[in-house]
Amino acid sequence: MNIEVSTIFQIAGIGIIVAMIHTVLKQMGKEDMAHWVTVIGFVVVLFMVVRLLNELFQEIKAIFLFQ
Amino acid sequence: MEILQLAGIGLLATVLILIVREQKPVFAYMLAVFVGAAIFLELIGNIDSVVSMLEDLADRSGVPSVYLKTMLKVIGVAYIAEFAAQIVRDAGLESVAGKIEFAGKMLILVMAVPIIGVMIETVLNLLPA
Repeated sequence: MNIEVSTIFQIAGIGIIVAMIHTVLKQMGKEDMAHWVTVIGFVVVLFMVVRLLNELFQEIKAIFLFQ
Repeated sequence: MEILQLAGIGLLATVLILIVREQKPVFAYMLAVFVGAAIFLELIGNIDSVVSMLEDLADRSGVPSVYLKTMLKVIGVAYIAEFAAQIVRDAGLESVAGKIEFAGKMLILVMAVPIIGVMIETVLNLLPA
């Protein structure tokens, strides 16, 4: 339970920080760099979410007798 | 008081999602998926005890285990289909969500076919020849 709550905060934090970096880089005139930052942040968050989804599906498989 | 924790996580996540959505909608969506999965994962431990109780009951009443296994599989498929459809619906893709639900219904029907066959057999046996 604790791990999940901290991960929720992590994802929200990554989202806000990436938005901030995006804005700063855009102001500096580095559009392409800003887009790469967004993509990399997205991949990191996606990795976290997919890991939890994998755990969930494994659990469902184990409990509801899928073999 | 597990419900307090779960409701708290839900409320907290809602506030965070509303904040993040202003800046980056994709991250808000990912956060919603994560929270959904986390709450499901938290609940599934409780379902485990219910399932083991059902198995015990079926064992004692002599119901063939095939029926209970099929029933549990149907519940599992319904669970997964509902979860995926809700997530997709959150993203605003109503048509894809409908297809996932349709796929779930189809697979459940396929799994239920043997049981329906047994039922029809029983009814036919009851009818006078």
